[in-house]
Amino acid sequence: MTSSRRVVRYDFRERMVHGFAAVSYVYLLLTGLAFWTPWLFWVAIALGGGYVSRMLHPWVGLVFAAAVSAMYLQWRRDMRTTPEDRAWRQAMAHYVRNEDSKVPPAGRFNYGQKTLFWVMFLGGLALLLSGLVMWFVASVPDGLHAIRSAATVVHAVASLMTIGGFIVHIYMGVAVVPGGLTAIVHGEVTEEWARAHHPLWKVESEK
Amino acid sequence: MALDIVRISATTSPAPGVRVQPTVTKLVDTSTCIGCKACEVACQEWNDLPPEPTVQSGTYQTLPATTANFWNLIKFNEHEEEGSALQWLMRKDQCMHCAEPGCLVACPAPGAIVQYANGIVDFQQDQCIGCGYCITGCPFDVPKFNSGTRRVYKCTLCVDRVSVGLQPACVKACPTSCLQFGAKEDMLEVANTRVEQLKANGFAQAAVYDPQGVGGTSVITVLIHGDRPELYGLPRDPHIPAAVRLWKGPLKWLGNAAMIGGLAAAVVHFVRFGRKQHGSAGASAPADADGGPPA
Repeated sequence: MTSSRRVVRYDFRERMVHGFAAVSYVYLLLTGLAFWTPWLFWVAIALGGGYVSRMLHPWVGLVFAAAVSAMYLQWRRDMRTTPEDRAWRQAMAHYVRNEDSKVPPAGRFNYGQKTLFWVMFLGGLALLLSGLVMWFVASVPDGLHAIRSAATVVHAVASLMTIGGFIVHIYMGVAVVPGGLTAIVHGEVTEEWARAHHPLWKVESEK
Repeated sequence: MALDIVRISATTSPAPGVRVQPTVTKLVDTSTCIGCKACEVACQEWNDLPPEPTVQSGTYQTLPATTANFWNLIKFNEHEEEGSALQWLMRKDQCMHCAEPGCLVACPAPGAIVQYANGIVDFQQDQCIGCGYCITGCPFDVPKFNSGTRRVYKCTLCVDRVSVGLQPACVKACPTSCLQFGAKEDMLEVANTRVEQLKANGFAQAAVYDPQGVGGTSVITVLIHGDRPELYGLPRDPHIPAAVRLWKGPLKWLGNAAMIGGLAAAVVHFVRFGRKQHGSAGASAPADADGGPPA
């Protein structure tokens, strides 16, 4: 049956980049939440203690920044908004209700995935810049105290933005879209899956 | 005096302190400071701090600023008042021991910063994780980062001496009684009397610096130019930075609500709409193995 033929959705390089971003993000999320609220400080203790968590957090942040940069290079063309995306966005309520027959066809990535990409890219950029200030806060002169506090707020707001995207991303990929998780881990989907979820991607790739 | 803790950083439970103890205060009368720096030496000695190489920057000041190993610095400012002689304004730069400490509010490490019932704000370096949030939270730029231990240090108000009934080392060493130590009420009385004397002697703007924006401080300073604390390097109206209050207040609750709401929304969505159906039959083998679509 042709419908069960496998096609490559993410090549090895793409999956590795995503993997580095995923693992580093989860570490940053867990340690960051431990510093965000004392109710979750036990997470830092479980990960080796508050001191170690604080020491590693910025370095892992650099890994995440590198992974997101690589992701930007490999996916930026696929993530551009297309005219089809506008139609998809208008029908998003149907997508959310799993009424997929009423949702216009998406390309390699649908509008929701593209939004997540840009939230993570821009959020990651804000986190990197504010994080560098927080990393070297003792070197920021007191005359620039406003930069210290601004960085702290930017870091928190940008984190919350990415956490919102992250919750939706994990929920969609693991729980809602069958095959989503295996696609990003193993790289392959069936032709039928591709036609159902990303019809325009198939069309494009068949050209 | 047993040390009772009334505030702890990053705690989810009430602080244990119940004893009612008078707030202690160090009075710094800058008008009688002769700049001898005995207090600096006493601080280094009592606290067994390693020697800090001094910096010659064209003034009598020992260092440009306090450091992680140097918690008490007399700052010198040469001030030329219009139509009057040069004035040498000296000020004791150290932790102010705020009643509402910005460092403690900002600190994410449980127990790394505590406030005792007598008003002393103290860092517990063994609990410190080295994040530097206290540096952002402090309106006086007091906490200093030690890059060797990666932890933060500052004046303890000689809590170890005060807790056994002694006065801080700097006060003990001061030869002019420009430094005094006692209950806050008593120190305010001494300070106000001194301000009256100064006013009677032609210093009309003399005032006590006990900034209410941080709830008052346990280090109060008599200033000849009380109307211009900036001349001494003191902020005019110090507060915990608004960004820190936003971050530790409304933003925290908004963020928590949004994160919990997001997780709840995912659960509700899954129960209401579940997995997407189409394509499941053709999903790759491991996906089928993990259960496939719900019935």
